[in-house]
Amino acid sequence: MKIAVTSTGNSLDSQVDARFGRAANFIVVDTETMDLECISNDAVSAAGGAGISAAKTVVDSGAKAVLTGNCGPNAARTLAAAGVKLYANVGGSVEDAIEAFKSGQLAESTGPTVESHFGTGV
Amino acid sequence: MRKGFRIAIASGKGGTGKTTIATNLAKAAAEKGTTVKYVDCDVEEPNGHIFLKPKIESRKDVMVSVPEVDKDKCSGCGKCGEVCQYGAIVHLGDKNVLTFDNLCHSCGGCWLLCPEQAIKQKQIKIGQVESGKAGNVNFIHGILSVGSVRSVSLIRQLKQAVDSEDLVIFDVPPGTSCPVVESLKGADFVLLVTEPTPFGLHDLRCAVELVRKMGLELGVIINRDGCGDDKVQKYCESEGVEILMRVKDDRRIAEVYSAGGMIVEVLSEYKEAFAHFYESVSKRVKG
Repeated sequence: MKIAVTSTGNSLDSQVDARFGRAANFIVVDTETMDLECISNDAVSAAGGAGISAAKTVVDSGAKAVLTGNCGPNAARTLAAAGVKLYANVGGSVEDAIEAFKSGQLAESTGPTVESHFGTGV
Repeated sequence: MRKGFRIAIASGKGGTGKTTIATNLAKAAAEKGTTVKYVDCDVEEPNGHIFLKPKIESRKDVMVSVPEVDKDKCSGCGKCGEVCQYGAIVHLGDKNVLTFDNLCHSCGGCWLLCPEQAIKQKQIKIGQVESGKAGNVNFIHGILSVGSVRSVSLIRQLKQAVDSEDLVIFDVPPGTSCPVVESLKGADFVLLVTEPTPFGLHDLRCAVELVRKMGLELGVIINRDGCGDDKVQKYCESEGVEILMRVKDDRRIAEVYSAGGMIVEVLSEYKEAFAHFYESVSKRVKG
């Protein structure tokens, strides 16, 4: 199963990006083979609709779950519509987050964790 | 048919006295026999009506089109999502297309490009336009619906009304963002109202830059003249910006204002000053 982790960098050592829509990168991992792919997030500088655009990137990557810090309502709605599971409130390194997911320590979020525009710093 | 000229009254900084200047200028010009329309473009917080006290004669809902996808017709090509610059329509594979009414700018890209014509234009209400008479001033303002973010669309529709008056005054919202740009469009002259303070100067600079970028003529009004410092004046001199009027920092003005009154109706010297100001501006604009 492929999962996507929001990341401030491009490796497993990088920190989980606390923002979903405006995360720097998505690290997409196949949890069986541990094959990695780093996708840069084009939505990081979008004027609006960043969460939706980022969710679309995740959906297109084939990931079935997202690990991130916070997720707003539009992104959460988009992920849910595509059947992608959301695991929010995740921090630490990308590697630790993946391990926590694999060992079943993460709880699935039932909806958005923050309001719109939370990650824009405004 | 456009007949007269259009003055936009803007500021950059909020609370400098745009509405005070705009409403009093409208009244003073109307008293001189000019036909005047006052257009309150501050659709998020219209307040010109508090001073002009118009009798509203007409109310109209303002609608915009947003996409609605007919999944039976959709082929899942994804062109709608590709064209949208705002994330308002997103294709998630197959016939899974999601729309976000609040993010849509009604550009029409998605319904024009859809090869299956599966996207209908759904109408949503973004606000109201109210018009009427405030004595001898024709009055119109827009009121954005609570929760709507489509102020630019509302301003555009508000300004579409046919202008048969000699003078049209746009009371522009504060700031230098999209609603301000939309409000300034089509103006023959822009009056920037500022106050002689560091805050006033900071935002005046932004406003001057914006107005110049738009290629519009401008002049400055210093409100509460006498308070603060002389940096606004020095800035105007160095930038070649003309100071067209100064309104004194006068306690009597504050008293009239705080009671929702019109300065030109209560204080006779200001009635003269505004009438004179209107004449000088109209001469200048008409060349």
